Amino acid sequence: MNRSAGEIQGRFVLQREDFVLDATFSAPAVGVTALFGPSGSGKTTLLRCIAGLERANGSLHVNGETWQNDTDFMPTHKRPLGYVFQEASLFAHLSVRANLEYGLRRTPLTERKVQLEQVVEWLGLTHLIERGDPGKLSGGERQRIAIGRALLTSPRILLMDEPLSALDTKSKQEILPYLERLHRELKIPVLYVSHAMDEVARLADHLVLLDQGKVIASGELHETLARLDLPTAHFDDAGAVIEAAVAQHDEKYHLSRLDFSGGHLWVGKVEQPFGTRVRARVLARDVSIATQAPQGSSINNILNACIEEIRDEGPDKVVVRMQVGDSQVLLSRITRRSRDHLGLVAGMYVCAQVKSVALMA
Amino acid sequence: MTMPTLDPADLQSVWLTLKLASVTTVFLLLIATPLAWWLSHSRKWYKGLASAVVALPLVLPPTVLGFYLLLLMGPQGPVGELTHALNLGRLPFTFAGLVIGSVLFSLPFAVQPIQNAFESMGKRPLEVAATLRASAWDRFVSVALPLARPGFLTATILAFAHTVGEFGVVLMLGGNIPGETRVLSVAIYSHVEAMEYNAAHVLAGLMVLFSFSVLLGLYLAGGQLSKVTK
Repeated sequence: MNRSAGEIQGRFVLQREDFVLDATFSAPAVGVTALFGPSGSGKTTLLRCIAGLERANGSLHVNGETWQNDTDFMPTHKRPLGYVFQEASLFAHLSVRANLEYGLRRTPLTERKVQLEQVVEWLGLTHLIERGDPGKLSGGERQRIAIGRALLTSPRILLMDEPLSALDTKSKQEILPYLERLHRELKIPVLYVSHAMDEVARLADHLVLLDQGKVIASGELHETLARLDLPTAHFDDAGAVIEAAVAQHDEKYHLSRLDFSGGHLWVGKVEQPFGTRVRARVLARDVSIATQAPQGSSINNILNACIEEIRDEGPDKVVVRMQVGDSQVLLSRITRRSRDHLGLVAGMYVCAQVKSVALMA
Repeated sequence: MTMPTLDPADLQSVWLTLKLASVTTVFLLLIATPLAWWLSHSRKWYKGLASAVVALPLVLPPTVLGFYLLLLMGPQGPVGELTHALNLGRLPFTFAGLVIGSVLFSLPFAVQPIQNAFESMGKRPLEVAATLRASAWDRFVSVALPLARPGFLTATILAFAHTVGEFGVVLMLGGNIPGETRVLSVAIYSHVEAMEYNAAHVLAGLMVLFSFSVLLGLYLAGGQLSKVTK
């Protein structure tokens, strides 16, 4: 079989008493790939198989290197990976600095690409590194140290198992900017396990959807989230992700204009310079549809769109996928009655009214 | 009653007891550590069997253990024949024989605290270490051993104290040879047999004092240790 070098490809079969993992997946060797699915779908087990922490049957190839096949199994400590567990799991018998240096010391000098100072700066650990007992730190601080500890082994792939789920909302907000920064600055691929749609929409570029131990879909984030045949389009917080750039500030009304390929969106003022790339999320439940440009509407954001697909969702609702501009997609959840009253069908040109935009930066 | 003093023979028993307990504890830690590791990680069916065998000295009368060891190590026993063939002589009624008996007798006191410590840390710290490029041996030395420190401390103290207090195994296996096998408990027994109650008093009092201090130290240290390991 011919394999491209810049890819992660695997197939695992693992039989448990109450659970079967039978997953074939691939992920690009750049950016963040989210392993997404409900609890019990096998996403953590899949990540553990990739790390070699579970011994499943199957094969795994990372950047052209074989980590596992029918005859060979590379033990975890020989795999050049970083792993961030759900709980920080810092070593209780070591100081903060010794925790950070644990993996660094075990990484051959020739393979060290990440320096301690660099990680300390990236993750804001300056005031933490000289602290003795890691047990006295907050959950968010501990998790940042755990991330730094993993990065200091200069991994060629970073595996993160719901690194935020054990944290309270405040710690989550504290740590998310650091993760976004890693997303921007890290040159290595990240596999990120999560069951929280908002985290995925915020951090991921690529999506692997799991259900009951199987991979049901995978692909580029925007495209996959816009697929109406997948359960993700029918979650309460289903929606589209828009990559946009800050283009204009309206000082008088305290608003900012974000430009993207399909037009622009006005949002509450963002404190970022022009040109900054931001990610925005537009939930399906926040988008309504009009067949003509509405008169006298309080809604700021009205986009010209073309209906691509409509799919029933339960007895009373439908989800509509619309194309805006060349490549941007929006989802809208409306009632079945509205669809029939307006006579909405695929191919129709409509006005999408966006009631709310969640900025994720 | 005059001021209690130790005559040279009794002093020799005290010294012998401390020597036996120290040597036994060293051997116990060397044996119990891998055994406890295996018991805490194995999923083999015979793990239960091994646990039961290790725990046997907890319920068995020491005389029973001593009796079987005497048979095993005696001239007709397989171990006895082996040591004879290897020109090591006979083990019963020697210090070496006592050490072997004491190790077996105190095994559960060393294995169980260490096993508990290994089990209570769970597999997570070891998994973390594996993802940080530590090999199996490295993980054991740099993570498992330091995290199990309280268990090792408890095991050391219990094994030492339990060996100091043994009687049945020693009497069956070692007899009562001054300087070789006459440990404190046996010396007390001999004094009582000979109606030397004063001398027995001194040694018995020493034992009570020693045992109490060990247990007190253990509980005080336990409070400190649990704080450290949190």
